[in-house]
Amino acid sequence: MAITKKQSTDLSGVPTKSKISRGGLAKQVFEYAPAPESIDHVKIQPRYGLFIGGRMVEPHSKKRFPTINPATESKLAEVVDADEVDVDHAVKAADKAFDSWARLSPSRRARYLFRISRLLQERSRELAVVETMDGGKPIKESRDVDIPLSAAHFFYYAGWADKLEWAFPNRKPRPLGVAGQVIPWNFPLLMLAWKIAPALAAGNTVVLKPAETTPLSAMVFAEICMQAELPPGVVNIVTGAGKTGSLVVSHPDVKKVAFTGSTEVGKSIQRAIAGSGKRLTLELGGKAANIVFDDAPLDQAVEGIVNGIYFNQGHVCCAGSRLLVQESIAEPLLEKLKRRLSTLRLGDPLDKNTDIGAINSRAQLEKIQGLVESGIEEGAELYQPECVLPARGFWFPPSLFTNVSQSYRIAREEIFGPVLSVLTFRTPNEAVEKANNTPYGLSAGVWTDKGSRILWMAERMRAGVVWANTFNRFDPSSPFGGYKESGFGREGGVHGLLPYLELN
Amino acid sequence: MATALSLTHLGSLMRGVRSVDEVGADERAAALAKRSIKKSSKLWALDLAVRCMDLTTLEGADTPGKVAAMCAKAMRPKAGDATIPSVAAVCVYPLRIADCVEHLRGTTVRIASVATAFPSGQSFTPIKVEETEQAVRAGAHEIDMVIDRGAFLSGDYQRVYDEIVAVKEACGPAHLKVILETGELGTYDAVRRASILAMAAGADFIKTSTGKVQPAATLPVALVMMESIRDFVRETGRPVGFKAAGGIRTAKQAIAYLVLTYETLGPDWMTPDRLRLGASTLLNDVLMQIDKERTGAYQSPDYFTID
Repeated sequence: MAITKKQSTDLSGVPTKSKISRGGLAKQVFEYAPAPESIDHVKIQPRYGLFIGGRMVEPHSKKRFPTINPATESKLAEVVDADEVDVDHAVKAADKAFDSWARLSPSRRARYLFRISRLLQERSRELAVVETMDGGKPIKESRDVDIPLSAAHFFYYAGWADKLEWAFPNRKPRPLGVAGQVIPWNFPLLMLAWKIAPALAAGNTVVLKPAETTPLSAMVFAEICMQAELPPGVVNIVTGAGKTGSLVVSHPDVKKVAFTGSTEVGKSIQRAIAGSGKRLTLELGGKAANIVFDDAPLDQAVEGIVNGIYFNQGHVCCAGSRLLVQESIAEPLLEKLKRRLSTLRLGDPLDKNTDIGAINSRAQLEKIQGLVESGIEEGAELYQPECVLPARGFWFPPSLFTNVSQSYRIAREEIFGPVLSVLTFRTPNEAVEKANNTPYGLSAGVWTDKGSRILWMAERMRAGVVWANTFNRFDPSSPFGGYKESGFGREGGVHGLLPYLELN
Repeated sequence: MATALSLTHLGSLMRGVRSVDEVGADERAAALAKRSIKKSSKLWALDLAVRCMDLTTLEGADTPGKVAAMCAKAMRPKAGDATIPSVAAVCVYPLRIADCVEHLRGTTVRIASVATAFPSGQSFTPIKVEETEQAVRAGAHEIDMVIDRGAFLSGDYQRVYDEIVAVKEACGPAHLKVILETGELGTYDAVRRASILAMAAGADFIKTSTGKVQPAATLPVALVMMESIRDFVRETGRPVGFKAAGGIRTAKQAIAYLVLTYETLGPDWMTPDRLRLGASTLLNDVLMQIDKERTGAYQSPDYFTID
């Protein structure tokens, strides 16, 4: 077991206070030997240019920045910090490509998307390794979730490309033009797929900016666009930080803006483009409630809670970060949950047995540490299993807080890390009230054996997705998006086409 | 020793058994099956698989000769290789116990006998009790009984419970493994109920299947049974063992059960006292994989004896 010795607190950054209790497995007899995924087949270039007009071009900007492996802090490659001229080139290329792409027979557009989907599958091992090295997520997740879902998304929207008039009967769907898309670092390739696939299927062209800390899978995707012989300019990818992103969304020739990321940045985008006539969809933060009733299948609920908050180190906008448990079963449920936490394997993200990988960046780690400290100060009780954190890289042990009040920061703010806040409730009404008592509304989970209660709860939850007896389950055909400060617009399903079409 | 439960208590016990979500249990078992067990940990696991094995023959055609050969294999799984441990036990029909006694005298290999109208369990309780007593007298250290699925499925939990209590008493010093025959129970909820019932009635082990019904042992069923054991131990403090049987033919499958045990019940269950794998054809594949790990090359099946 990876989890053996007492954790050194200076690495976790969490001060050791008397309120921290620790548990762990008593006896270790079955050590899993390292089982690292091979990285020999992956070629990461030392420097990347920008993908504009169908090829990798030298940028105007002279500035570059490194992208590192958060598990080792070693440099993987250098990417361009694209400037105004670069962004303008990219938007011009997309604008130039728009007419012929929009006029292309829909079945031919579909063919390109099918081809991209197949190439994603063919290069899935390579993409999984790149995603894990650049972002820190466990290889089992990039291999089994990120990459297959990305390919599935292109496959799904390829099917819509020649059926748009059936998607919106008696309307005349038309593409909008150039879509400016800015995506986050938690699911780099998957968010790219969520953005690019519906845009292209609907006949738009795109300029996409991947997140500053995770640009590499987008660079591999650029190669895939070339391999698929996608017409030049249909997809353009510019790298950079927040400044580059704001240049993309505020460019006058961009007709549609799609952003996934923090609520704070989402608000600033909305302010920046107000009055410009650009269409906007935002997929922002969340503070989802995972609600466990006293008749729930407990062992599976524990798995759902673990999947809900510790999947991808909690870097998930729809993470089930607030556990609402019916008071009558809180004790046995927490006992099971704590035992389960002690079996989570934290370590090398490339190891096939790793459950918890590295935190994406130092900045994110500091944010998590700050919020966890606030939880301790406000009086919540922190539990972490005994857990060895690697010496290099950014790590945070799976954590849960009990004795949490609705008013604590850890119950209100999005932590975006492997930290669960546990609250209790007595009646279904109280559960609904507490679950909805948040500025966010992206997702929720309900665990009960009673079918009627699932429907009763789903009707009352102000959340874009309500999962019943499961969590974090995705399918390209299912729309995803938020209420309130979690954003607006839907991605996935037929709903996901709507933001990219003008319906006459 | 379990104290007998009255009808009302038993009813409330069964009603209080928590439900199992099928999708979630399947997912968890599938996730654990993806654990990658390599090199030193693989060798350790393969060695444990041998030590936890109940080498089994349950055919109408079993003869003293067949059983003698199996006993030899049980004691020394690989001819000329003393580093391979003996298996935990042999598992035979009651009439073959005497043959085992003769061949296994003075060894660590236990003798397990099926009993109680194996495999259907559709016979009279006194006959089942008598069969158990005779099997123990003949020299069985362990009794693998079947539950009366007819009674269980018709909701007559009392009958199932009483029968297990009676057989347990007839076992005397012998260990009792209770076969649930999960392939006939239909749902994971029923598997969980049957597990709790058998443990409450005094089972030392709960066991998935007879091997005569498909599906036999599956990973999700094993997970549900292990989670039941975990909850039972938490409630009562009495540890109960787990035995998977039927359909386990490859070392890879065996390792998946070990991983499941490790991550569900913990290291204390990684011992033949609490974990068994019942199999007739698994052993040679495990031996072949051990050789492969040690030498880096697969040997021809001709180097592994078929007994």
